[in-house]
Amino acid sequence: MKKLLRSLAIIVALAAAVVWVATGANRGWTKTSVPVKTLDDVTGIEGISYQQKFLPGVDFLGAAAVASGLLAGASFFFGKTKTNQSNKP
Amino acid sequence: MKLNHLLPLLGLATVAYAAPQSFDFKDPKGVNNAVFKLDAPLESINGSASGISGTVTFDPAAPAATTGKIIVASESLTVPNPMQKEHLHSVNWLDVAKYPEITFEAKSLANVKTEGNITTADATGTFTLHGVAKEMTVPIKLTYLADKLSARVPNLKGDLLVIRANFVINREDFNIQKGQYEDKVSTTIDLSLSIAGASVK
Repeated sequence: MKKLLRSLAIIVALAAAVVWVATGANRGWTKTSVPVKTLDDVTGIEGISYQQKFLPGVDFLGAAAVASGLLAGASFFFGKTKTNQSNKP
Repeated sequence: MKLNHLLPLLGLATVAYAAPQSFDFKDPKGVNNAVFKLDAPLESINGSASGISGTVTFDPAAPAATTGKIIVASESLTVPNPMQKEHLHSVNWLDVAKYPEITFEAKSLANVKTEGNITTADATGTFTLHGVAKEMTVPIKLTYLADKLSARVPNLKGDLLVIRANFVINREDFNIQKGQYEDKVSTTIDLSLSIAGASVK
């Protein structure tokens, strides 16, 4: 159990870091939409519309770090796995 | 009658025709927008508003006489983070339920300069935000596009008037969280307006 929790902690932290970097390493807050600019040829005005897109930010990384820490911390509540010593000579 | 005699008459007819026009800024293409930027030491907030309406009276022969009112629907203010947007609309900040409109009513223009179809000027009027009205002078650029409406909206003939304005306001002047959260939410707000209005003939 101890090993499983620690492995999960590492997986959560790594997965969050990979997702954050892969989506552009946004150093602001998490966004659920991104602005898309379109040029109106006649007036020259740049119109702004919002496209639904999940862009994890530093709060996402923070939440993953907390989750990872909790998992790693929980692992300390489990003792060392006892080895069966009955077969010893 | 000689051509020389006809020319003054033609001139008079042109002057008579060039009457002030009313431009409607409810854009059917939804391109009109107002961008706002707040750059605080700890946080930068960028967003835009699209719910723009209003009318402006503009005379191509006398741009200095331009007046009008532009309205931005508070509810249309958007930022990419959903929680920030919720806070922005809440009673603690803009209180969009109580103050559904942000308006600028231009009453007069000064320092008017016209070159071709472009006029620059300083518009003085009343800016109203969060229920507080304040007299302000804002630099504006007007671009008059004669007979260009059909290029934008097929089957409609008329003119277009593009208004651009960049100016700065202070949220504390409008009683928005005065003296609060200055490290996270800048007190100065950069506003950039790019809008087109149509005058149907």
